[in-house]
Amino acid sequence: MDAQQITSFVASTHQVFTTMLSLSVTASKPYTCCAVPRFENEVSGIIGMSGDVQGMVVLSFPTTTACNVIRSFTGMDMDPTSPDFADAVGELVNMISGAAKAKFEGKNVSISCPSVVIGKGHKVQQPSDATCITIPFECPAGAFSLEVAIKNAKVAAKAA
Amino acid sequence: MKVMLVDDSKTMRTIQRNILLQLGYKEIEEACDGQDALSKVSAFAPELLLVDWNMPNMDGITFVRTYRAQGGRAPIVMVTTEAEKTRVVEAIKAGVNNYVVKPFTPDSLSQRIGETLSRLKAA
Repeated sequence: MDAQQITSFVASTHQVFTTMLSLSVTASKPYTCCAVPRFENEVSGIIGMSGDVQGMVVLSFPTTTACNVIRSFTGMDMDPTSPDFADAVGELVNMISGAAKAKFEGKNVSISCPSVVIGKGHKVQQPSDATCITIPFECPAGAFSLEVAIKNAKVAAKAA
Repeated sequence: MKVMLVDDSKTMRTIQRNILLQLGYKEIEEACDGQDALSKVSAFAPELLLVDWNMPNMDGITFVRTYRAQGGRAPIVMVTTEAEKTRVVEAIKAGVNNYVVKPFTPDSLSQRIGETLSRLKAA
């Protein structure tokens, strides 16, 4: 993973939140995922990447922030246990990942359909052979983070 | 005008439905993937389709190819996160008439729908 790819995820998160939610976001300095997280993950949207870039992208929120974000996205208050809430979280991480991969020049990358995990204090295990970077964000709806653990396929093939 | 929305995300279908309702389109059918859409196109006979790319069971590009191969002629706007030029070219070759990249604003979706229908009228 290179700095440009991290920049792509920051830009795509900004783009999705501004365009679809009318929320401005501010990114703080990214850190490796082994560092202590700022909050307990309660709602996570997960996307897999395959092709020239492989790995996983996880959009994580505390429940309160997730509810605020989904209200801005859908215009409705949703129960975090409802399937529609999970669907909306999945669509957010789908758009962020899709917009980010479009900025990976010269790379042919596919993304999976999203999965969503809801539950207090869960941890999404990232692939062990990719460096995991957490990008912390703040927006008027609250704090959230984007964990990115990706590697370039050629590098992976060499290492194998 | 009859419009079919094909997207696995109910959230996205609802957002698109609300935009279409504001534009005055009232006959709207929804499908949750390509297979579901294929099973509904004959009965509903859409005059415009908005189709996502990444969906389970049957993705949007396979749906477009199958729909066109079966003689489906309604204009298709692909609404997707797939923004790379190669994907856009692939979609156009498959029979897509116009392309909207997510995230989108209501105005940009409205504009693309308008463009698509105007081009068809002029042809």
